[in-house]
Amino acid sequence: MTALIALIRKDLILFLSDRRALLINLALPILLATFFGYLFGGSGDSKGGTIDVALVQQDASEIGNKIAAGLKAEPSLQISAMDLAQAQDAVRKGKRKAAIVIPAGFGAAAGAALFGAGPQPEIGLLYDPSQPAVLAMVKGMMTQQVMQVVSADMFNGQAGKDFTDQSLAQLEQQAAGDPERAALRDMLAGVKKYQDREQARPAAADAQGAKGGLSMPFSTRDQALTSGPAEMHYNGYAHAFAGMGVQFVLFMGVDMGIGVLLARRSGIWNRLLAAPLTVTTVLLARALSAAIIAFCLLGVIFLFAIAVFGVQIASLAGFVGVALCFALLTASFGLLIAAFGKTPEAARGIAVFATLIMVMLGGAWVPSFMFPAWVQQVALAVPTRWAIDGFDAMTWRGLGLAAAGPAMAAELGFALLFALLAVWKFRRDQA
Amino acid sequence: MASVLLKVQQLSKSYGERRAVDQVSFQVHAGQTVGLIGPNGAGKSTTVSMICGLLRADAGSVELDGVAVLPGQSDAKRRIGFVPQDLALYEDLAARENLKLFGALYGLKGAQLKARCDQVLALVKLADRAADKPSTFSGGMKRRLNIAAALMHDPQLLVLDEPTVGVDPQSRNAIFDTLEQLKAQGRSLIYTSHYMEEVERLADHIVIIDHGKVLADESPAALHLRLPAQAALRVELAAAPPEPLLAGIRGLHGVTAVHNGGAGIDILLADGGDALAVMGWLERQGCRPLHFATARTKLEDIFLNLTGRSLRD
Repeated sequence: MTALIALIRKDLILFLSDRRALLINLALPILLATFFGYLFGGSGDSKGGTIDVALVQQDASEIGNKIAAGLKAEPSLQISAMDLAQAQDAVRKGKRKAAIVIPAGFGAAAGAALFGAGPQPEIGLLYDPSQPAVLAMVKGMMTQQVMQVVSADMFNGQAGKDFTDQSLAQLEQQAAGDPERAALRDMLAGVKKYQDREQARPAAADAQGAKGGLSMPFSTRDQALTSGPAEMHYNGYAHAFAGMGVQFVLFMGVDMGIGVLLARRSGIWNRLLAAPLTVTTVLLARALSAAIIAFCLLGVIFLFAIAVFGVQIASLAGFVGVALCFALLTASFGLLIAAFGKTPEAARGIAVFATLIMVMLGGAWVPSFMFPAWVQQVALAVPTRWAIDGFDAMTWRGLGLAAAGPAMAAELGFALLFALLAVWKFRRDQA
Repeated sequence: MASVLLKVQQLSKSYGERRAVDQVSFQVHAGQTVGLIGPNGAGKSTTVSMICGLLRADAGSVELDGVAVLPGQSDAKRRIGFVPQDLALYEDLAARENLKLFGALYGLKGAQLKARCDQVLALVKLADRAADKPSTFSGGMKRRLNIAAALMHDPQLLVLDEPTVGVDPQSRNAIFDTLEQLKAQGRSLIYTSHYMEEVERLADHIVIIDHGKVLADESPAALHLRLPAQAALRVELAAAPPEPLLAGIRGLHGVTAVHNGGAGIDILLADGGDALAVMGWLERQGCRPLHFATARTKLEDIFLNLTGRSLRD
């Protein structure tokens, strides 16, 4: 026991005295997680980002002005007025994600097209091909604005009244021999009555917003849903700190494995085994010290996330369990590298590559739910996937201790497998 | 004769098809210093690894006071101190912390551990650098600390695997002072090296090993008797010696070999050969040497005689 404690103590002293290792293992994951967390939506308090859109308004009609005003009032859009050349340049250079071009004469043409009496005018939509999702969003918001403004103007505005008078005159001449035209004439006559009544209304009624048009027949009530208490909401930093924490703690595990290889090369290994210790005791000490370091690193990284970014822990017991099991997994991963690595140099390259693949497939960089379905299935065979899902469950998903069980079991399973393989190889080498 | 401390019997170890150690047997008595010598790749380090319980032998046994030395938690390992060929220290751990660690591996703790640290640091003359990290030490200081770490548990037998590799002459002398001090204390030592002069200085008994086999297992004096010559005389002349002069030297009593070295003559003398008699004969021949020197034959010559190759091959 004295020997085991002495070996663990030695590793902890060496780790703490290595400022470079501390910097890499603590500062870098916090820095990167902060960046990724911001990209993933931050702490969830903000309303979300706006889309920068250029507006080229070539139609100075009332309808054109109203559409422009409506788009500018849309909270999801950041509208900048430009001419066509400026807008094209801005989208090409990625300074604007899209540009809306309202062509000259759009207002009049759109009114006619609404009742099928004329060709549909085109609104130009220029977009950055790297942002295809933006196109659909801008198109949706623009459609809403155009339908509302054009229909309102056709039912209430002077342009609509002029269009109705003109259409009625034409239909009176055509209705005699065509029952369909007669029906359209009757409908427009009804519209004209509505328009006359609306124009006769006092201006005060307009101010109360009584003038309408076609509008969306529904609205949505958006609610982020997690399993935790109501005040627990999505926090992009929680996932980012889990991902980066897992990644850099695994790198620490790689360093531990390389350290064992260096010890074997330097003669320290022989000196340790010359003492009345089994190889298993020496490996156990190294694994326990690495696990302690890994657990403490995860703790400090998440404490930062909690203190600075308001990351919440749904189940402390579950979180500690997932972190402990991942710490053991890290330690056994390091032992595996030490056991099967031929030289420190070669082992480092392979181990770093393997770590990067594991954290990528585990969802450390991009959440695994964004992967194609088959990749998600494959990723279940990757231990980091379970660790990150476990941390997600214990933080922003707000799940309880029971949800930590599968992640802990999988992590322990992988840890046991790695440790058994490593001990078997070390014993075989010693024989 | 002191009691047998270590008994190595018929020790063998193979790596694949290669036989690294082949039925090696020898003994170390209490208080004795045994030099294990052989060229690189002779099997010294493999033998030492089995003696220290680092490797399991394919065949044969190692016993310390009748207790088998085996890998793992063998009790016999508590009585052996091992100084590896490489510096086996934690460079970023203070010298005292290094010693405390290696002492704790053998069960030392508390006041006993601290006291032993102080004793060992004083022995290797590093007491004033106890708080410093080995990374700040000179090569010789590191070597001394390397030895100190193996002494923490006060072993009966200290096994040193080429402890002076890459050490400057001054540091080498410091290491030898330490080892001679240990020897004077009655500690048993096994010292492996391919530097014959080191082994000659230290060892009471020499085991010569090559290609995994023991070629000789004797005291230095007995080994010297194996050579046809026990002393060498080198005579430098103003000009190359004529053949009749060389033939005349060969005919002198006790001369076993004469080599013409250009401006000098190398003469090997058997036990009983008299260098002064040779010099007197040369003077009588009218030959006045510019310079002459005598030397005892070295272990290097013995190894050459036994194996037909140099130790540093």
